[in-house]
Amino acid sequence: MEWETVIGLEIHAQLSTKSKIFSGSSTAYGAEPNTQANVVDLAMPGVLPVLNKDAVRKAVMFGMAIDADIPDFSVFARKNYFYPDLPQGYQISQFDQPIVGLGHLEIELENGETKRIGVTRAHLEQDAGKSLHEDFAGQTGVDLNRSGTPLLEIVSEPEISNAKEAVAYMRKIHTLVQFLGICDGNMQEGSFRCDANVSVRPKGQAELGTRAELKNINSFKFVERGINIEVERQIDIIEAGGKVVQETRLFDPDKDETRSMRSKEEANDYRYFPDPDLLPVAISQELRDSVRAELPELPEQKKQRFMDQFELSALDAGVLTSNRALSEYFEALADATGEAKLSANWVNGELASHLNKAELDVTDSKVSVEQLTALIGRITDNTISGKIAKDVFEAMWEGEGDVDQVIESKGLKQITDSGAIESLIDDIITANPGQHEQYRSGKDKLFGFFVGQVMKVSKGKANPAEVNRLLKSKLDA
Amino acid sequence: MSLTASDVKKISHLARLAIDEADIEKYTNDLSNILDTFADMNEANVDGVEPMANPQDSTQRLRDDVVTEVNARDKFQAIAPNTESGLYLVPKVLE
Amino acid sequence: MHNKSLTELAADLRAGAYTSVELTQHFLDRIQKYDESLNSFITVTPELALAAAAEADAQIATGTAGPLTGIPMAHKDIFCTDGVKTSCASKMLDNFIAPYDATVVEKLKQAGMPILGKTNMDEFAMGSSNENSFYGAVKNPWDTDRVPGGSSGGSAAAVAARLVPVATGTDTGGSIRQPASLTGITGIKPTYGRVSRFGMIAYASSLDQGGAFGRDAADCALLLSAMSGFDEKDSTSSEQAAEDYTANLGKPLKGLRIGVPEQYFGEGLEEGVATSIRSALEQYKALGAELIDIKLPNTKLAIPSYYVIAPAECSANLSRLDGVRYGHRCEDPVDLEDMYKRSRAEGFGSEVKRRIMVGTYALSAGYYDAYYLKAQKLRRMIKEDFVAAFNDVDVIMGPVSPTTAFKIGEKSDDPVSMYLQDIYTLAVNLAGLPAMSIPVEAADGLPVGLQLIGNYFEESRLLNVAHQFQQATDWHKQTPLGFGA
Repeated sequence: MEWETVIGLEIHAQLSTKSKIFSGSSTAYGAEPNTQANVVDLAMPGVLPVLNKDAVRKAVMFGMAIDADIPDFSVFARKNYFYPDLPQGYQISQFDQPIVGLGHLEIELENGETKRIGVTRAHLEQDAGKSLHEDFAGQTGVDLNRSGTPLLEIVSEPEISNAKEAVAYMRKIHTLVQFLGICDGNMQEGSFRCDANVSVRPKGQAELGTRAELKNINSFKFVERGINIEVERQIDIIEAGGKVVQETRLFDPDKDETRSMRSKEEANDYRYFPDPDLLPVAISQELRDSVRAELPELPEQKKQRFMDQFELSALDAGVLTSNRALSEYFEALADATGEAKLSANWVNGELASHLNKAELDVTDSKVSVEQLTALIGRITDNTISGKIAKDVFEAMWEGEGDVDQVIESKGLKQITDSGAIESLIDDIITANPGQHEQYRSGKDKLFGFFVGQVMKVSKGKANPAEVNRLLKSKLDA
Repeated sequence: MSLTASDVKKISHLARLAIDEADIEKYTNDLSNILDTFADMNEANVDGVEPMANPQDSTQRLRDDVVTEVNARDKFQAIAPNTESGLYLVPKVLE
Repeated sequence: MHNKSLTELAADLRAGAYTSVELTQHFLDRIQKYDESLNSFITVTPELALAAAAEADAQIATGTAGPLTGIPMAHKDIFCTDGVKTSCASKMLDNFIAPYDATVVEKLKQAGMPILGKTNMDEFAMGSSNENSFYGAVKNPWDTDRVPGGSSGGSAAAVAARLVPVATGTDTGGSIRQPASLTGITGIKPTYGRVSRFGMIAYASSLDQGGAFGRDAADCALLLSAMSGFDEKDSTSSEQAAEDYTANLGKPLKGLRIGVPEQYFGEGLEEGVATSIRSALEQYKALGAELIDIKLPNTKLAIPSYYVIAPAECSANLSRLDGVRYGHRCEDPVDLEDMYKRSRAEGFGSEVKRRIMVGTYALSAGYYDAYYLKAQKLRRMIKEDFVAAFNDVDVIMGPVSPTTAFKIGEKSDDPVSMYLQDIYTLAVNLAGLPAMSIPVEAADGLPVGLQLIGNYFEESRLLNVAHQFQQATDWHKQTPLGFGA
């Protein structure tokens, strides 16, 4: 039996507004519990919500970036259920008339083809607080700092066919929201969360299978693994003659399994109705024009432009545009040095590996655009070789000074003077008569040996191009 | 509109209200009587009528994205039933 | 002092006839002496009141006093008052000390009015008799075996007995107008959105409005002016410019077109009440107004429409009362479910529970279209009836309540019979229009209120129309016996 998988992803992106969606409390991460929860966030009797303009703008911007329908009026609704981290006893969300309607984006498949994935809708809602289940002797501690932070819930069409596509889609959205400056995409801090609806059906069957909702898949790795084991689980059940139950399942990365979240799964009746404390939001032409004017260059556009303008490969351009700050760093560097390819290599190479190792974002890079520009300048003017430059970069990263200071203090200036190089070569040839003889009788490979010797004795400072040129002429002489 | 005891139990669960067995019948009767008053609604013809959310049909005002609140945790938690280390404590959900 | 108008009191204070502290103490003494028989107060705040009175005296001394400076008042216990118990007459909030001021409270504090205390009401504003209070029923000062009306029964009884000169109330389906009618005082519910709902504990968000009780229209005009205005903390607050409602009180009535709805004089209206209302309408005619018969065809749909919408909204509004962050929490909860269910069952009275359940049912899966959505459509039809009528008339008049004050306990076993008390008042809240109740001739010794309904934001006209009637009659000057002349 051949199976096909149907996946829909629900992504919750915390919008990076300064204040909450319905109150003037701060959304800053990491504050002491309940120090960023005012009367509105605590759902005191008598309080009322007032809508944050920036949350609306950010949502509309997202809609524009995915070519979505944006309605004239959007309505907030109450989603009613009881949980301690939901102080109102309802979440202010959207049901009918969400702020963003049907849109789409393209993902790149492994075989290089692109596939269009529809986005059913995106809507605004309040985030809940946090429940801490350990540390309180059989009780749960509730922190409402996060309660009321604006979320954009982005719902895909069930058009994703496997775990790899799911990851590609998730990455695409992750990059996009950061590019747009609407969400910082920080998965560790919970700014970007993903749930997946997964079902299987026999290949060719039109009817959808019963789906399970997967939660706690908040990394690209977990999304892929979680989906794959869930698909296996469902297929096993059906092949053994059973039925898949519609339920919520938690992905457990330690046990490498998914398990049912509730012992008795009850269908939730959320009793949605339009929130009478809020009025319909009119999305005027003025607002649309103003948001469109702020829309930055989108990732695909930037990637294509890098390929065209800087003659970069799709691979290089793709990596550079996976992160807005990185692309801006690169572009500034390329403009300053006039060396696009070299800049790309350095950004994707040394800079990236140092950032990864130190777990830093490019905005906290220890080597600035200006510093790296100077370093590349010293390569192109032959002061140092590309190889030595890596050592210089390392030293600059460690804070040992600017490029010239480091070159000076470590004595790394490249030897370009042909006389000096010739003199070194002469010494090497004299010291290695046997290899010289072998080379002259046809063992071309020994060229590398001589190069190595020259570089060794010069501590890597001899200009490689000059070494090659002079060595060739001397060995052949 | 007649409700059953089972309806009442379901509703009271959704609303998180504990109702004693002894009171179920009275609630069932009272609620059924109230719902009977809705009968007049059934005949009313609402074709082409838009629902009314607000008497002036106004639209939502937008607030500037500015942090205006300061930390008043002590004041708010002074009236709380059970707190510890700045958190509100509640009994655990029985899984 | 307690029989003087606000204008007279303000003049006396400015002239130095007495101080605000003395005036405030006078009312505190009256409350102390007489409220036991009425139970109109839940909390009396003597220290706060006298401290505010002293501040008011200082202001009066510098000549910077406003029209209400130093005049004491009371708030319905539905308005959050910082540092003061705010209970909504519920066990659920019996231990709740509000951590902030409602906008209305803030505004009246700024106007310099000392707060004598928080008045009794039907629990969470649900009721038409003030028998649904955790703190016991309020008695009608005209006959303490009878109800004062609800839900703002405490404020109405206190003003009627002159234990306070003016008081705030709220009106969702008639809760200012009906108690005003049953206790023989003047009450006004403004246009929806006129008075901020921030800090006014919500019952039905799209229907609730804060308003004023006073002995006459002039006093209500003063209080309402200070209460009204745009509030950025309330998304449903109207940006319509605030007004001085005393400015047009003196306008003559000649040429006023009064609409008399056919549907308000049918079956169920007590004869004595009908007679008093008709008599009042004749009085208006004598003052130069024209009476015009009108139809409000969808009137009877107001009851099901209201009793779907209000419970539905309140069922969600009261979900925050869960024992987690404030309010009543049950003893020794076994787990989270138990805590929710028992805290809420113990905290809420039966009428509140009934309405939460009706509302939950009306919103539940499968019923939203048939009930809530349909009710919101009926609501527009009800509004359109009024809009059409106001093409031909300036004000609409009729009874407030089908009966005079009934006996305590008479209707409390039959929720539906209680709901029918609101038959003339509900449509006004559904449409969001302003309306008043003013006392007219009593029936069988019990007060009767005449309802005046105005067009959107025409509070000024309503108060003028009421005031002119009160210049020519003296029903509003009558006070119940037994509360010191």
